[in-house]
Amino acid sequence: MHYALLIYGSQTVYDGMTQEEQAKVFQGHNAFFADVQQRGIFEGGRPLQPTSTATTVRVREGKTLVTDGPFAETKEQLGGFYILDCKDLDEAIELATRIPEAAFGSIEIRPIMVFEM
Amino acid sequence: MHDHIAHVFHQEAGRVVAALYASMRDFELVEDALQDAFVLALERWPRDGAPRNEGAWIMTAARHKAIDRLRRESVLNRKKADLKTRLEREQEEANVDADEIPDERLKLIFTCCHPALAKEAQVALTLQVLGGLTTSEIARTFLVTPTTMAQRLVRAKRKIRDAGIPYRVPPAGAIAERLDAVLSVLYLIFNAGYTALLGDNLIRHDLCAEAIRLARVLTLLLAKEPSLPEDAETLGLLALMLLHDSRRKARVTPDGALVPLEEQDRTRWDHQQIAEGLAILERALAMKAPGPFQIQAAISALHSRASSPAETDWTQIAVLYAMLSQVMPSPIVELNRAVAIAMAESLECGLSLLSRLEEADALSGYHLFHAARADLLRRSGKFDEACIAYTRALELCQNNAERAFFQRRLTEIGQQAR
Repeated sequence: MHYALLIYGSQTVYDGMTQEEQAKVFQGHNAFFADVQQRGIFEGGRPLQPTSTATTVRVREGKTLVTDGPFAETKEQLGGFYILDCKDLDEAIELATRIPEAAFGSIEIRPIMVFEM
Repeated sequence: MHDHIAHVFHQEAGRVVAALYASMRDFELVEDALQDAFVLALERWPRDGAPRNEGAWIMTAARHKAIDRLRRESVLNRKKADLKTRLEREQEEANVDADEIPDERLKLIFTCCHPALAKEAQVALTLQVLGGLTTSEIARTFLVTPTTMAQRLVRAKRKIRDAGIPYRVPPAGAIAERLDAVLSVLYLIFNAGYTALLGDNLIRHDLCAEAIRLARVLTLLLAKEPSLPEDAETLGLLALMLLHDSRRKARVTPDGALVPLEEQDRTRWDHQQIAEGLAILERALAMKAPGPFQIQAAISALHSRASSPAETDWTQIAVLYAMLSQVMPSPIVELNRAVAIAMAESLECGLSLLSRLEEADALSGYHLFHAARADLLRRSGKFDEACIAYTRALELCQNNAERAFFQRRLTEIGQQAR
């Protein structure tokens, strides 16, 4: 089964880290990526720029509305994601525990929808 | 015959669902098939007599019914067609003998109590899938409408399917955590039954019996599973439930009034069940892996062993509550410890501990806090203060049997004070 592991963290928490701590998060992702890649279960994934760069688009009655943001300074924001091919939810949970942000943010696991032909 | 059939289906439900789910992985299909098999049994058993091996009959009938259902649906759906073919093959291979069907219930317990499901969903699912209770029975127990309960169950089953919650006994590394979740579900089921006993309806003793039955099944299954160590807390929970439940007949008068432990007719306790509970607790304690359920069972055991209230070893009970508050800190444990100290040492000590709890304010809305305080004040002869505390308990309490008991105390105090 394919799962999206959505990584939520707070920018303020991350900004408050020392350089060594930030480097550790970075290395954690490198190690995680190397592991899932080597096991052949990596199906995709990317880090995202902070929400200060976010743009929101809506189309209403044919009109395009573009706004800056959203910014959520205090709450956790989506910071990136992995898509992994796991045996079941337990495997996805086990992998989620190894994503660095699990220790200070949270990981949301969502099964990817499959359309039956 | 109808009652007998219903009883057998209830008893066998967990095993049959577990075995069928192992090959079908579709709760809706399994339940529909089991329901079809029930209808067939109602038709056949009275006519032909009950089959020799009732469990195997149900399993085979449900399997056939599932294949029938898949046959009807497979025209449009390739996945269902594949499943049908596989089930038919299994059916030919297995000349179904109930003793040879592997018992899959342990896997099913872990699936139903998976932490990715909400606690209330875990409880409802366990009762339905393993306990064989109907949706409306479960709904009545938890005071929600059958529609709400049905939705809750459907949502949980969809999540199991769509999120890929596995069907297996968790690996050794995760077992302790997962087992805790299972035990807490069983204890919630038990408590739902135990407190309902005090409510307006006395229907829910079945829930206590069901929780005990499932805990027994769990201990047996764990004992059979070579990859798992025997679990002291599982035994502790079983002992705790047996000991609590042994006082069932003495706890409530025939007209539904609550009888406090102190006033219970101890000859009406189920002494055979007490003996069993004590023996199981011994076994658990011998494993030297203490935990909250074993400590609570040990406390219950001290009450069970006392042949009169005066012989209760309150000193030891206070020690055990202190242990409990270390492994499972909570204001309610502190409340119980304060009461034990009041009984073991002095009412003054107990009351001062309660005032400290009151300052922390965690229990000010909890009726049993005020009731406990009222009781200690009453024993100390401080009738005016006791009256105020009982009145407060009465205001906060939702349970009619408990309310009637507080009323009784208020009347008694009124007479004594005069």
